[in-house]
Amino acid sequence: MTSIESASAAEPEAWFKLDREGRKLAVGGAWTIAESARLDRELSGLELGGPGAGGANQITGDIAIDGSKISRLDSAGAWLLLRTRRALEAAGAKVSSFNLPELYEPLLKSLDQERKAEPIRSRIPPGFRGRLFRIGRAVIHAYGQSISMLGYLGRVTVETGEAIAKPKHKFRIAAMFHQVEETGINALPIVGLLAFLIGVVLAYQGADQLKRFGAEIFTINLLGVGVLREIGGLITAIIVAGRSGSAFTAQIGTMRVNEEIDAMQTMGLNTVDTLVLPRIIGLVIALPLLTFYSDIMGLLGGAMMCYFQLGITIPAFLRQLNEAITVNTLLVGLIKAPVFAFVISLVGCYEGFQVERNAASVGMLTTRSVVEGIFLVIVLDAAFSIMFSVLGI
Amino acid sequence: MADEKKKDVVIKVRGLVNGFGGRIIHDHIDLDVYRGEVLGVVGGSGAGKSVLLRSIIGLIHPLEGTVEVFGQQTGEVEGAGMQRLEMRWGVLFQEGALFSSQTVAENIQVPLREYTSMGQELMDEIAAMKLGLVGLPPDTGAKYPSELSGGMKKRSGLARALALDPELLFLDEPTAGLDPISANQFDELIKQLQKILGLTVFLVTHDIDTLRAVTDRIAVLVNKKLVIGTMDELRKNKDPWIQDYFSGVRGRAALASEEAH
Repeated sequence: MTSIESASAAEPEAWFKLDREGRKLAVGGAWTIAESARLDRELSGLELGGPGAGGANQITGDIAIDGSKISRLDSAGAWLLLRTRRALEAAGAKVSSFNLPELYEPLLKSLDQERKAEPIRSRIPPGFRGRLFRIGRAVIHAYGQSISMLGYLGRVTVETGEAIAKPKHKFRIAAMFHQVEETGINALPIVGLLAFLIGVVLAYQGADQLKRFGAEIFTINLLGVGVLREIGGLITAIIVAGRSGSAFTAQIGTMRVNEEIDAMQTMGLNTVDTLVLPRIIGLVIALPLLTFYSDIMGLLGGAMMCYFQLGITIPAFLRQLNEAITVNTLLVGLIKAPVFAFVISLVGCYEGFQVERNAASVGMLTTRSVVEGIFLVIVLDAAFSIMFSVLGI
Repeated sequence: MADEKKKDVVIKVRGLVNGFGGRIIHDHIDLDVYRGEVLGVVGGSGAGKSVLLRSIIGLIHPLEGTVEVFGQQTGEVEGAGMQRLEMRWGVLFQEGALFSSQTVAENIQVPLREYTSMGQELMDEIAAMKLGLVGLPPDTGAKYPSELSGGMKKRSGLARALALDPELLFLDEPTAGLDPISANQFDELIKQLQKILGLTVFLVTHDIDTLRAVTDRIAVLVNKKLVIGTMDELRKNKDPWIQDYFSGVRGRAALASEEAH
């Protein structure tokens, strides 16, 4: 890596010298930014201690700074000179004279007029207090966010109600079906492939274990119940959270960065109607359909594995499947899908509206929307499991 | 200024041709910028002012021609050589181009951190000093670019451009989007800094007041060519666009205010 320090070797080196009695500080050479890191280190070696420091470089009383030998001075160098003078004065010395080549007087003057440069401090205190500060800030942030998300849920609910009551004004059918296509139809290949593979894996592992008891045929029960009740819906929701939840956040977030959201509001367009509802309703329609498709693909993968691994033919597979599951099994899995869809799209849109006008924000909130979406899907799935077991379904 | 001493040429453009998609924007233009002068570049929207700036600092590779800065051809030097060149100039982009995920002070410290071995304390002091130099209050350093007004963003961008104490400063429409008072203050600031720090300034602008206030010479981009001269010389030029530009309502107002001074 190049550095400015190695780049400008042609110029005379900057130097400074304090005479024995500590009455005169002579400086010379090119006091530039290229030298300032070294000068900073060396100047701090000048012990400007007041009474009691007692070092070899102790300075009290009058001192003259002689800069007449300076060959070049830029603002970084000038700052170092000024700082040295201030440090001398703070240590109790009196700077009796301070001369510089005439050329550089205006520079020094303009810097000197500025107020004392306060070091720019980070807002976070260092050390243990800083860690506490961060934890506290995160808690406050999480609290504020849950409140605001709840408020958002309320707003969306109200607007949805209005949209259903007055569908002509509020319902954007075209936008909604566009979302169905985006989030549903375009997701078919990836969801199908993954569900198929999950079916294969499930059947393979199940057969391996159940073979020990001579109960290979129950692989199909495992497969049917597992895929239809849990895995099919869960895997689809997780894929969609990663695929569409992130897309929602990024789309709305980018619109925010470009001030498009502000423009819409000034035109009297309701952003919930135009942006949020089509996405939510679109996904609520698409996800159950996707889940059904993923169930079928999962069973297909399982059936194939059963055929090759256990030699169970397709008719035999179907017969056993018919024994193992009822329509309820399928419905229990499907009923969760609209809820997952609602949560994923709500979080996706909400986080999109939280985007601030800087480059890092869209990326950060997109990540957050995916993580929150998947987290909520799994939490809700657990809640459903408990509820169904209490209800005895 | 008129004495023809051997002037030190900082930027030397020869036979530059730029174009996009078959449309030629610059047709074999030549330009010299001398050490210590302020050169203003004007031209209609889409005349290729920013393109000229970008091809000088090496962001655009010209179709033909050469650009030399400090005697080095910007298209030819690579890697470390280009970096060494880039340390000697500072660029202020139109919107400031501050890194939005960093505070203003951190923005100013980016080149310091990259190219020097300064300690954090000195970098903090230098950042505060640069902020003072461009006339911003000290608490600006801790703010994020999204919390700043347009004028403050430009000043912060200028502070960052000055971080390495460059000899050459490129300004891309520094007063665009500022109110007249802020624009005047910015003009003053540029003039002052140019004098104090001995900078050479390459200034792209739309603003005829800025031209009058700070430039030594003006280069006008018309019909894909450059017409260079002082303001008085250009006012006598017969080209209709230049006539319009300097004698239009705005141009006359700017000149009238000059005469009133």
